[in-house]
Amino acid sequence: MHELSVVTSIVKIVQQEVNKINGKKALELYLEIGKLAGVEMDSFYFVWPQCIEGSVLSDTKLFIEEPVGKARCAECETEFHIDKSFDSCPNCDSPFKEIIAGKELKIKKIIIN
Amino acid sequence: MCTTCGCSSDENEIRFTKIGDKQLHSHSGHYHYHDQHSHEDHHHEHHYDHDHDHDDHDHHHSNDHSHSHSHEINIVQLEKDILYKNQLRAERNRGFFEALNIFSVNLVSSPGSGKTSLLERTIADLKDKMAFSVIEGDQQTTNDADRIHKLNVPVIQINTGKGCHLDSEMISRAVKELKPVADSILMIENVGNLVCPAMFDLGELKRIVIISVTEGEDKPLKYPDMFSGSQICIINKIDLLPYLKFDLQKLKEYAKKVNPHLTFFEVSATSGEGLQAWYDYLANSIKQ
Repeated sequence: MHELSVVTSIVKIVQQEVNKINGKKALELYLEIGKLAGVEMDSFYFVWPQCIEGSVLSDTKLFIEEPVGKARCAECETEFHIDKSFDSCPNCDSPFKEIIAGKELKIKKIIIN
Repeated sequence: MCTTCGCSSDENEIRFTKIGDKQLHSHSGHYHYHDQHSHEDHHHEHHYDHDHDHDDHDHHHSNDHSHSHSHEINIVQLEKDILYKNQLRAERNRGFFEALNIFSVNLVSSPGSGKTSLLERTIADLKDKMAFSVIEGDQQTTNDADRIHKLNVPVIQINTGKGCHLDSEMISRAVKELKPVADSILMIENVGNLVCPAMFDLGELKRIVIISVTEGEDKPLKYPDMFSGSQICIINKIDLLPYLKFDLQKLKEYAKKVNPHLTFFEVSATSGEGLQAWYDYLANSIKQ
């Protein structure tokens, strides 16, 4: 249930940003949550309504991009798609790699009125 | 709002208890009880259409604002990490530990792998040679901290209530009370959980995942985040190997697949087997 901490952090950050510009509410919120970020989206949506109730996010339209996992092999530099963080290189089978996408956990953009 | 269950209270249930002080102070001033409303009960209050949000994904690109609208619509391009506050605090904690040469380790595992027993044994064997302090994380009770307290080392119990992990803010608060001395070892025993603690950097210098041989050897594959985020893997309870169908090599193979950089220690906190290598490692880590 760390999704609750994630959502709570989002609410705090957005609240801060709205206050900063003396805005009223967040109308739209754009998030990026990678497939390998360790966030269970069902849990996320389960806690979301409870967390935003009464906040600047209560009427926000939520847009979530979920980038898929991508890695670059440290041995042969092949770039490949990964479903699991421990997938090995399809070219040389090396487990050494740099994960270049899929770990995102970001607020991209907020539309505030 | 309460961040543990989503109920309308502003209070949280996180408690810090410094054992030996006889003084229990709460994070929030007062507690509230979650028992009275289960998740089932909550359900009817939140008519929430999950599908709705999914559908909206398709419209994402139709909203590519590059200019401001006339009726005071502000577009804040944030590009901010959602857990950046935890990360910031973690880095501050780490700076503190590095400055004082405090070797801080974050011990993570599933419940029952023997974290506390390993701590007890390690501290009992080494406390005459080096200084220790301990932060214990559990949902409830001060049982673990009480066990450590018997060894006469400074210990704080953090009860996370319904929470499933420690975070860097809790560590920062605990450290202020614990006041670990320079050139010492700080053991942080995280909540027994192989999932959630993986996401939260506490500012530790090393993360150590503990697995016991009574668990399945495929755990690294089942819980890859915890194994890929750790630098060290301690395999505990090896005195039981003769009685089990546990393939030690297979476990290491799986763990290496998830994290090729992992260093292993094979120990038994009960028989003492293999502990010397672990002790040498700890001694070296605070050598200036």
